[in-house]
Amino acid sequence: MATKKFMYVNRKAPYGTVYALEALEVVLIAAAFEQDISLAFIDDGVYQIAKGQNTDGIGMKNFSATYKALGDYDINKIFVEKESLDERGMTADDLMDLVWEDEDDDWAEKPSIKIVSRAEMADVLADQDVHYSF
Amino acid sequence: MGTLDVNGTAVEVDEEGYLEDLSSWTEDIAVAMAAAEDVELSDEHWDIINFLREYYEEYQIAPAVRVLTKAVGKRLGKDKGNSKYLYSLFPYGPGKQACKYAGLPKPTGCV
Repeated sequence: MATKKFMYVNRKAPYGTVYALEALEVVLIAAAFEQDISLAFIDDGVYQIAKGQNTDGIGMKNFSATYKALGDYDINKIFVEKESLDERGMTADDLMDLVWEDEDDDWAEKPSIKIVSRAEMADVLADQDVHYSF
Repeated sequence: MGTLDVNGTAVEVDEEGYLEDLSSWTEDIAVAMAAAEDVELSDEHWDIINFLREYYEEYQIAPAVRVLTKAVGKRLGKDKGNSKYLYSLFPYGPGKQACKYAGLPKPTGCV
């Protein structure tokens, strides 16, 4: 089976709607099919991978820890739009440390997140075969 | 919905035998679930069950079989990080069967 490039675009805040959680579940399931998977976090979507999430006050499950499992699923192309971070007063330091372990390099931890400009993000999106927008 | 008898106490499980209340898990429940499928849990089984519980605690999901296989290879050695070894312990499928004994939901991405 030929490998296709799948892009999952996340644009919404993690809680308040079910989009973020559903996207994450779809991505984990898609990982089983061994396709070339990328994720993009744009607009309020950047909050999905923000550090220090706490859902105690809203009675919802805090699923942010699950993003840290993405590396185990060989999902290590995570693009975050710099302008979206800037507009929210955030930097790369406000994001969770998402890494993957390179089995061929003695399990060295390598970063999965790549911060890109809006123009670069457009190129990344144009380079994909299939887009899912959440 | 059904129940499983654990040393005289009824424990609620779903139609596939997975624990309804994940927080109520005990080692006795794992032993009873295994016994119901004619499996006697060895140290090797417990290695996998304990790994799954730690993984769920950390990431809030049950890992897919491929992820489990890779992680077991890293933690317990390459000779155990393969599906042949895991299937020898859990013939009904390491994801489904081991997760059940560990009191976790069915793995995400289990297709």
